[in-house]
Parts: sequence; structure tokens; C-alpha cells
Amino acid sequence: MTLAQLAVGASATIRSYPQAGPAFTRLREMGLLPGTRITLVRTAPLGDPIEIQVRGYRLSLRKSEAALVEIAE
Amino acid sequence: MSTSAASAHRANPVYALVGNPNCGKSTLFNALTGLKQKVGNYPGVTVERKVGTAYTQHGQPLTLIDLPGAYSLAARSPDEAVTRDVLLGRRGDTPMPDRIVCIADATNLERNLYLVHQILDLGRPVILVLNMMDLAAQAGLDIRVARLEHELGIPVIPCEAAHGKGLLELKLALSRHDLPLPRHAWDIPAALAPAVAELQASLTANDTKAPLVARAEALLLLTDPDPIRVSGSTPLSPETTRILDAWKKRWTADQTDWSGTLVAARYDAIGQLVQQVVVLPGETEHERHAAGSTLALSDKIDAVATHPLWGWVVFISIMATMFLAIFTLAGIPMGWIESLVAWIADHVSAFLPEGTLHDLVIDGAIAGVEGVIIFLPQILILFFFIGLLESTGYMARAAFIMDRVMSKVGLNGKSFIPLLSSYACAIPGVMAARTIEEPKDRLATILVAPFMSCSARIPVYLLLIAAIAGSTEVPLLTQVGLMLLMYGLGTGGAFFFAWFFKKTLLRGAPPLMIMELPPYRLPKLRDVLIQMWERGWIFVKRAGTVILALSIVLWFLANYPKPPEGAEPLPSQPIVDAVSPGPDASVTEVPAEPTPAEPEPEIDPLAYSFAGRAGHLLEPVIAPLGFDWRIGIGLIQSFAAREVFNSSMSVIFAVEETDDEDSNRERLRSAISAAQRRDGSKLFTPLVCLNLMVFYVFAMQCISTIAVVKRETGGWKWALFQLGYMTGTAWVACFLVYQIGRALGF
Repeated sequence: MTLAQLAVGASATIRSYPQAGPAFTRLREMGLLPGTRITLVRTAPLGDPIEIQVRGYRLSLRKSEAALVEIAE
Repeated sequence: MSTSAASAHRANPVYALVGNPNCGKSTLFNALTGLKQKVGNYPGVTVERKVGTAYTQHGQPLTLIDLPGAYSLAARSPDEAVTRDVLLGRRGDTPMPDRIVCIADATNLERNLYLVHQILDLGRPVILVLNMMDLAAQAGLDIRVARLEHELGIPVIPCEAAHGKGLLELKLALSRHDLPLPRHAWDIPAALAPAVAELQASLTANDTKAPLVARAEALLLLTDPDPIRVSGSTPLSPETTRILDAWKKRWTADQTDWSGTLVAARYDAIGQLVQQVVVLPGETEHERHAAGSTLALSDKIDAVATHPLWGWVVFISIMATMFLAIFTLAGIPMGWIESLVAWIADHVSAFLPEGTLHDLVIDGAIAGVEGVIIFLPQILILFFFIGLLESTGYMARAAFIMDRVMSKVGLNGKSFIPLLSSYACAIPGVMAARTIEEPKDRLATILVAPFMSCSARIPVYLLLIAAIAGSTEVPLLTQVGLMLLMYGLGTGGAFFFAWFFKKTLLRGAPPLMIMELPPYRLPKLRDVLIQMWERGWIFVKRAGTVILALSIVLWFLANYPKPPEGAEPLPSQPIVDAVSPGPDASVTEVPAEPTPAEPEPEIDPLAYSFAGRAGHLLEPVIAPLGFDWRIGIGLIQSFAAREVFNSSMSVIFAVEETDDEDSNRERLRSAISAAQRRDGSKLFTPLVCLNLMVFYVFAMQCISTIAVVKRETGGWKWALFQLGYMTGTAWVACFLVYQIGRALGF
């Protein structure tokens, strides 16, 4: 399952995502690491991007990136 | 180590302020330095450089560099690259700071400590400020400051910058002579340790870095697979680059995720630290606190502000308020500026005898200065709103809401406000593009912003619509329809070119829209006003000088050379004769053309000037668009500002100006409607009028925008490129409209 498929309000644990690409290096540095718990808080009015809660703060990312982030319930 | 030990004894140490965006760094910087700030640019990059002076309790001055907000030293934007380069001593224009003040948001310690952790690697004296301690307490977080101080071995100052709490303690720490070096040890993953050692050795030997800085830089080179370099940054030595590439190749071959391993190791170390330092509230406690925390309050606001329906209502109301303020409210102070300048010009005029100097001062210099400060109200109002939106946290929501729309043309949500502001005036719009971190998105936004029909185009559109309708009393439907057509053309052009540039010229990594949504906070009016003031001042100082110089050049071109005494009108085109009273002259208010009554034909100096001659030179180029040399003069003159086209036409067609603007426009309308070509046919046919409007939609007819683009992109290259492609687009569009229109029999 990917982050893009997570329901609003649901929580999950990050499993893995691609190593390469500046977006993903930044996601790691923002604290999204394998094993990190995240909650999908809401989506933007037009459905994209999404807002997640991670390590006590709120982060938004596009669904195109979220679709590459593997999660486990 | 010797460098930091020596610098600690310097009389006036240089401090760098570093922290994540939204951690309250600017508030702290403003509180420490007051208005003793100098704002400029780092040479070669469009990143703001802020330096201020603070005073210790004993009146000793301290220099503070406010480095751009950064989440990591592995830079992802020019702003972050400058922060990284200054801290690593990579910039020739800024000496490596002696000491570093790290600011961390206490409510969000784990992520804020990531950057602090990287900075501690540098082995420089560091002071850690824990800001927003009150909000952390509200959320039920108990932060053991003494324990953190003990673990890191550096002073840790709890602080509430917004209320001025903790500033005294911070100042005392700043003036300490014996600032300790951090006790900072963490385990570099074993798989990477040999590479770090090898890179560190090379950076020390080949890039003349101090050992600890070299180690920190080695770690950074490994985190960031594609380090962005900005101008002014010293490049790596070939040897270090070779070692780095060799390791990357090796790791790629055996599938080692070097960057991920390193980030995870750092977060592990931070996690252990936070566990010792932050006491989380118990389960029941937690719920009680969570309800009162800023995050909970923010969620309540966001339930409305990003709601699928109410979100739009809020968004549109805020944007409409902002837009109307720039569009209409700015008109009031702009009127004052105009009257003030007219008053000054009158008084100066009384002192100067008629002649060249008089004209230069009044029509060149004073008019040029007016051309600069007239933009200030719009700029100040826009940046007041931007400051307000940024400091409350709504700015991030606006980008969140609009991202989907803007991503269709390859931009991101942050491009929306710059483009919206450009409907009022492209100058504040281009300046607002600073809020976009991604350099390519920012450049694309700047390049297309002037397509948005600005307020200076309105008088030109109105005149030409009146000319099409044959009266200044245009049926409402025609007027609205044509106006909407022009706004639509400009907007469509902007989106098309944004998409096109992002596909071609500015193609790059897929857009990065990883954005923090900070909790809503009450705005700090003082910070908002300081930022607004700085923007205005930067505009006057940097762009203003260019605008002034260009306006004087344009004034010169339109006034020189003067026609010699008793000269004949230009042989090819006697201007005045070209205007016949025409059938429209039956309108009673319009006085008969003065031509027949004059003893000798009046020679318009404009026709003799360089601008007038350029109109002739231009004619072969613009003839395929249906424009003649007189329109050419208007196009050249309105380069100063689009609305100058109207006054230029008034001069060329010898329309007498009165105080009544409505009757002026009617006179001008009937004069241009009557104008004829050499063959006696009508010059301003509806097709030509429409085509002129199309030209003004697309052409970059504004030296002030050119000057601002030059300043905001750091050089003439993109400013001239923009001038070229916009004018080129205008020509092609007009060529098509005119030729097709003719073929269709218009």
C-alpha cells in the first residue's frame, strides 16, 4: 500500500521509498524514515496535495510523490 | 580548532543566526538588532543578505548575519545553499562566522534538531536557542533545558522571541568570551566511515578546510547526491570530487543507500537525545493539553480554511481583498504622489529659466523620480499582505490550495500570488516571486508575470475600445467583452509560456512540493512592517536607479535633436496635415483643428526627435501589423509605461489637453478615428485598434518591469530574454490577427 492510498484520518508506518531523487532525500531529512509513524490529516480542496502529520508537525506533499512511498498499516 | 579558539577572543565576533523556516528566527533577529539592519543580496545569487548589529549588556557591538531559513545543510534551494556555503566558509564574499546561534522551535524539537545536529558537526562555538517555549508548555511538552545543555555541552537558552522573553539571557550568552565548543559525538554508520575519513583527509589537504569543518562537509557531500551550487561558492577540488565519485560508483554497484543510511543514523542520534530531554505528557494529561495546543487550534481553523467549499470562500475573499487593495487602495497614495510631484515641479520650474536644463530637470529627472516612487504604494501594500499571510501561516495554505491548479502548467502553488498581483502591476508581482524557493519555478513565474494585464494597460484598452465603438460611450457588453478577451489572452499566454518554459528551457528535476504547514499564529506586526519597509527600500535603491536612468534616456530620445529654427516639417510625413477634421468633428465640444489658422504649419518636435525618426525606421517592421510610423512613435514612447501611449497619441495628433479627462479622451478618440494613412484610408480601423490591444497584451512595454526583473534575476540576461520573447510573441500574434483579419475582409 502507498501513502497516496491512505484514507484521511488513518495512520500508518513508513516502509520504504526510492533512494534517489532530490524529493526523496528531502523527505528523509524532514523525518520520514522507514519505521516512522505518520497520519494523513487531510487532502487539499482539489484532492492534491495531501497533508500528513509526522514527528509532531504537518507536512504537505503531492500525490505523485506519495504514490512512491510504501506504507504498512 | 585553532581558528575558532582564536576568533573567540576577537573584540567584535561575527555571529550567524541559523534555523528552520517558521522557527521565529526573523522575530529574534529583529528583536536583537532593531532597525540596525542592512539588507542586500549575496553577489550573483538572488538570495537576501541580512546583517545587523546587536549590543551586549555592556554596549559592545556584535555583528549578526541572519542566514536564510534552512531545513538541512544538504541544500535544496539557493537560500539553503547560501546558508550552507557561509557556514562551511565556501563564500569569498562572506567570512566564515566566528560563532553560530541555532534557533529551534521547541514545539517541534526533533525535526528542528536535524539542522542543529549538522551544525554541531562543524565544531564551532554554538548557542542553541529554544524558541516558543510557551507554546511547547501549552502542548504539554516538558523540555529539560539543563539536561540538553549537559548533553550538548553548549549554552541552551529557552526563549519566547515573540514576547521578548529570554532575550537578556541570550545577550549575556552572546557576550561570553569563553563560549565552549560542543561535546558532540555520534556514530557514523560503519559502511560510510572509510569514505568520510577519506573525504575529510582530501578536504583538509586539497580544499584547505579545518579538520572538523572538513568532516562536516564530507558528511554533507554524502547526504546530498546532487549538491546544488550557486554563484559565489568555491568549487570542490578535483581530487575531492574524484574521491566522491569513486565512492558513489562503488555504493551504487553494491546497492548501498548511503544517503538514507546517513540521515537515519542522524535521526537515531537525535531520537536518543530527545528521549532524554523531552518529557511527554501522560495519556490523560496529553489529551487535556492536546486540546489546547496550537496544533489543535490550527486544525480547527484548517477545517474551514482548507475545506472543499469553505476553503475556497476564505481563499477567494483573502485574495480579492489583497487584490483590491493593490488595485484601488494604492490609487489614493499614488494620487498624493502625483500631486506632490506636480507641486514640486511647479516650484522648481519657477526657479529655472526656460531651456534645456529646465526640461531636463522637470520632464526628465523629476518625472523619472515620480516614475519610481509611484510604484511604492502598490509594492508596500502587497508586501504588507504577503508579510501578514506569511507570519500567520496562511501563505502555506494558499499554496496548498492552489498547487493542483498551478501544477497543470508545471508551476507550484506558490506562483499564484505573484501572478495574481501582476494583474495590478507586474512590478510587485515579480518581486513577490521571491517567496518561491524553487529557482526554476521562480524564474518561470517572473518570465510570464507581465502577460497579466496590469492596470497601466487599462487606459490604452479603453481608448482603443472607444475607437472601435466610434464613441467613448461604449455599449457595456462590447466593453466588458473586449476587456475580458484581453485579460483572457494575457492569462492564457502566461500559462502557455509557463508550461512551455518548464518543458524546455527550465526543464529540470520534477517539481518539489514538500512544504511544511506551520501552525497558525498571530502575526507579528513589527516583523511585517520591517519586511515591508525593506522591500520598498530595496526597490527604490536597486530598481529605482535603473528606472530613473532609463526614463531620462527615453525623455532624451523623445526631445532631441530639436527641430532647427524655421525648419520645414519632415518631408515624408507632415504630421498635422495627416489629421483631417473628419466626420466626427461634428461633436460640438471638440474645437476645430488649429491647422488652417496657423500662419505656418506647426512642427512637432517629436517628429524631429530620435524617437520620431525611430518611428519611421520602425515602420517597415510594424507595417505588416497594420501600424504606421505614428503608431510606431507611440509604441516607442510607451516603452516608459504603457499608458504613455495615450499621451503620445495626443501629442502626435495635436489634441488639446484640458483638465476634464472625459472630454480629453473623447477628443483623442475622435482625433485618432479621423487619422488617415498616406492613401487617405482610415488608420485606426477596428482591426488595427484590436490589433494594438493585442500588441499591448503581449509586448513587454515597461522599462520599470525590465529593471525589476534585472534586479530579481541577478542580471540583464533574463530581463533581455523576456523583453525579446514577449515582444516577439506580440509581433507574431499581431501579424496573425492583422493578416487573417484582412483576408477575412475587415
